[in-house]
Formats: sequence, C-alpha cells, structure tokens
Amino acid sequence: MSTIETIKSQLSENPIILYMKGSPNAPQCGFSSKASQALMACGKRFAYVDILSNPDIRSELPKYANWPTFPQLWVNGELVGGCDIIMQMHEDGELKTLIDTVPDAAE
Amino acid sequence: MQVQQAITAKLTSTFSPIECIIENESHMHNVAKGSETHFKVICVSDAFEGLLPVKRHQAVYSCLSEELDGPVHALSLHLFTPAQWAKNSRSFESPQCMGGSKK
Repeated sequence: MSTIETIKSQLSENPIILYMKGSPNAPQCGFSSKASQALMACGKRFAYVDILSNPDIRSELPKYANWPTFPQLWVNGELVGGCDIIMQMHEDGELKTLIDTVPDAAE
Repeated sequence: MQVQQAITAKLTSTFSPIECIIENESHMHNVAKGSETHFKVICVSDAFEGLLPVKRHQAVYSCLSEELDGPVHALSLHLFTPAQWAKNSRSFESPQCMGGSKK
C-alpha cells in the first residue's frame, strides 16, 4: 500500500484520529501534548499515529492535507486543524461538540 | 532577523492586516541559539472574514510556503477578524518543546 493509501484508509477507518509527535501518554512535543490533552478531555476514544515513528506519513501527510505541521486532528475524514485551532475550539466548548457528533464505536 | 522580516513582509502584502505581531519563539525549542525556526504570529485582517479557522491557517501557510519548506519548522497562528480581535482576551502562551524532533 502506498503511503497516501495508508493515510486514506486510516482516515476512513478512524472517525477521530490525531497525527502527533509521540503518543498521548508520552508526547514528544509541547503542541502535540496540548492537543492530545484537549482531545482526551472530550472523553471519547480516538486513534493516534506517532509520526516520529512513521517517517513516510510525516513527509506525505502535510502535502495531502495542505497543512505543513503536526499535530493534525481529523474528524470524519476532514482536517479540523492543529494545536492552535484545537485549543481555541476546546476553550470555546466547540471541540467537545464536534467530537460528540461522532457515534460511539461498537465495542 | 531575515526570516522574521520575510514573514512580516509577506503577511503584510497578502492580508493587509490591521495588526500583525510576529515573535521568534525558537529559543523555546531544541535548536541553535539565534535560530529562526519557530514563530508565533498574531494577525488581524478583514481577509479572514467568513473563513473557518482551518481555512485561515491554510491561507497563511500558502502565503509562507517558501519559509515552511525552508528554515521554518512551525508556526503558532492566532488569526482574527477585526471584530473578533476587538473582544479578544485570550493569552497566547506557546508550550515548551519536549524534544521530539531532535535529529
């Protein structure tokens, strides 16, 4: 599978997915850390991809997304934004509203 | 100051902002002293009217694509319309680096 195909399948299989540096429990960048904390505060399960251990995705996703940096939050296959937008939406309560539109995964 | 000046010039000519504050935050990151890799940009312009946050950021990223392909590693963007700016009371503290991009 090409990197772009991998990205597309990640986006279609995961309604909430955060591309970040490190993991939510061990973030490797202050911006990724803030973004994942805000997302965790919304109380719903989400997927994440550590782009530091996936260099292909790190180099391809910015072109696909027209977004040069990480973290990147995608909801329902659409780019929501990076850390600044996530934090702004979190402070305004809009992030939880958006996240709550995603149905709970059948477990 | 070269990169910072280029960013200022491009943002000014593209967005005609009523306010444009650019701060070099590279010292907060894991880069050499005097680097121009990380910037905070606060920009207030009529051009952002009617654009969702993600579109505003993408407009700035397009404008600065040369810098982002080159020396600039990341931008912290705070983009407002004049009306939003007038009632804005946020702080714009950027987080400290956690070392992840060490080469």
